[in-house]
Amino acid sequence: MARMIGAEMFFETLIEEGIDVIFGLPGGYVLKVYDVMPKYADRIKHVLTRHEQGATHMADGYARASGKPGVVLCTSGPAATNTVTGIATAQMDSSPIVVFTGQVPLQYLGSDAFQEADHIGITRPCTKHNYLVRRAIDLPRVMKEAFYIASSGRPSPVLVDMPKDVIIGEDELVIPTEISLRGYKPPTKGDPKQIKKAVDMILKSKRPVIFGGGGIILSNASAELKEFAHRLEVPVTSTLMGLGAYPQDDPLFVHMLGMHGSYAANMAVHSSDLVISIGARFDDRATGGNFEEFSPNAEIIHIDIDPSTIDKNILVHCPIIGDAKIVLRQLLDALPSKIDKDRKEWRGQIEEWDRKHPMSYNQTGDKILTTYAIDTLSKITDDDAIIVSDVGQHQMWVAQFYKFNYPRTHITSGGLGTMGFGFPAAMGAKFACPDKQVVCVCGDGSFQMNMQELATAVENKMDIKIMLLNNGHHGMVRQWQTMFFDGNYSASRFGVLPDFVKLAQSFGATGLRAEKPDQLEATLKEGLSTEGVVLMEIMVDCEELVYPMIAPGGAMNDMILGVSDVA
Amino acid sequence: MRHTISLFVDNESGVLSRVAGLFSARGFNIESLNVAETLDPDTSRITLVTTGDDFIIEQVIKRFNNMVNVIWVDDLTEETRVEREMILIRVEAKENTRAEILRMADIFRAKVVDVGLESYMLELTGDKEKVNAFMELLEPMGVKEIARTGTVAMKRDAKNTDTGDTE
Repeated sequence: MARMIGAEMFFETLIEEGIDVIFGLPGGYVLKVYDVMPKYADRIKHVLTRHEQGATHMADGYARASGKPGVVLCTSGPAATNTVTGIATAQMDSSPIVVFTGQVPLQYLGSDAFQEADHIGITRPCTKHNYLVRRAIDLPRVMKEAFYIASSGRPSPVLVDMPKDVIIGEDELVIPTEISLRGYKPPTKGDPKQIKKAVDMILKSKRPVIFGGGGIILSNASAELKEFAHRLEVPVTSTLMGLGAYPQDDPLFVHMLGMHGSYAANMAVHSSDLVISIGARFDDRATGGNFEEFSPNAEIIHIDIDPSTIDKNILVHCPIIGDAKIVLRQLLDALPSKIDKDRKEWRGQIEEWDRKHPMSYNQTGDKILTTYAIDTLSKITDDDAIIVSDVGQHQMWVAQFYKFNYPRTHITSGGLGTMGFGFPAAMGAKFACPDKQVVCVCGDGSFQMNMQELATAVENKMDIKIMLLNNGHHGMVRQWQTMFFDGNYSASRFGVLPDFVKLAQSFGATGLRAEKPDQLEATLKEGLSTEGVVLMEIMVDCEELVYPMIAPGGAMNDMILGVSDVA
Repeated sequence: MRHTISLFVDNESGVLSRVAGLFSARGFNIESLNVAETLDPDTSRITLVTTGDDFIIEQVIKRFNNMVNVIWVDDLTEETRVEREMILIRVEAKENTRAEILRMADIFRAKVVDVGLESYMLELTGDKEKVNAFMELLEPMGVKEIARTGTVAMKRDAKNTDTGDTE
């Protein structure tokens, strides 16, 4: 066995875990880790980010695009606290990232030493688990556990705090081959009794609907979902996080549900007699938040790997705890191969709802509508392009108008709603999938929250595109002020904005701008076909609002469909 | 409703904060909390008493189960169980009350563990009701200070239930 210092064990264990890229920023207590890093540069790429929040979102984007855990390395104190937003973002969307922080030497813990913060205490509520390592020899074991915990069961962030003693301490390298955690046994198979109960419920249902969530993507269950939906001829709706899990061009796909979901999807869930939820958690944005009136005539089957999501918001009739892919396979095996069903009336009804209130826009006048811009983007990007949205109006329009046909092609901060997530997450996705087209769709507000990473993107010669929809406002804030605050536009308009084209150019990126509808397509095409980091600034109308909308706390059949509906 | 929850957890730093954090994040108060090593020195047993909405407590228990450091959790509320706590009470002991305090201690099977010129320190073990009753009776004498351990609890063996011994 080889003797080495903790810093070297860190890289040896990463290599053993199959990690080939990490995102980070050096500083005080991790300097020894950075000191030994060049020795491992042929096996592990380090991406020097400009901010630790950027690093965390990159790791998150990497994890979401690849399904493999993303890794962050940074120092103590402010560096660690800078990762907190990224960690909380990853936790809310069940994304596996492992964050390694340097820490003051053990003897100084709790002494208010320079750049000391209680990383473990601060991140406890937003990680699945976290560790303070006390001896170098323990580091490889802790790292193995951290990766296992982060990526198994319901994926989530894990933080490993490494005091300087651990980083510089010398010992034998012992990477355990097995992990033994007596308090952690992630579920896999569903209870056969529950499977049988679910099958009975499914077979007697006349108006079933699938409520698909991000868990389908996390468990790579898209193929099983498609087989399941087709065998039963069940319409498929999707949460924001579930988009991409089911092909949108499939005739059974009804579209996104929830606060800004389609009329047909929300009506289908509201009117069904059986909701089959797979990997979704019935959050307030997906259900409208009126839990009492959720799908009043339906029985509910809830498939989820996390027992704590069961009965959290909606009381369900048949919970099945397990991995979505395995449970769907169990259901498929238990269901007859030919099922006698008549869905004509039910599907006809859903189609009628869709005809009555389709997702649509009307591009007239000389201001570009964001809906038109996103629809155009959808038409000209690669079929399997990865679209990473930020947070706000544009995020909802991406969900409504971009056609996602493959899992892991739609990446967004759904749960925490973290503005500034989009661009670094898109970079992480590009590191995970260098051969795919990656486009970040963001607003002027959200881009400003992490635009420093333009430097990181240019430095790494990334081929990544940014479609920046500039409406001069915090658009979603403005929308709520329009709809619920009598048009009192308090602090939603930016008095000053940078010239985003020049800004991009100043970083060594390409900057383009479209100001009129007739310039849009040409600008997008030029931007997408230009090598390197390209920022396409699209000047859009700030008056456009996202519809339909369930007012907060509303029921799913209670949608505001357009301007005339606003009281 | 009042819940008595028993948790077996890894005996390491931070576990208690994790457990307590689930309550503070929901604005819940913990009535009492007791932690100590079990037969296995790597494992601690936490007994936690809280009052709150049953639905939310059920969610909290599910979250306990999700914790990597929690090996096992059981809501003892609906179980036949023994609950005990210990209390140390310093009570004023003046000439006219000294004998009465000792008599009461005797009835409750409390022990005198410290004697001062103007006070006694008494030790009593029992369930919450007994401890509260003892405190109420001592109240008029002048209770100066108390320290309670909080409840510890254990399920009764299914076959041999209550022995009738309240101690």
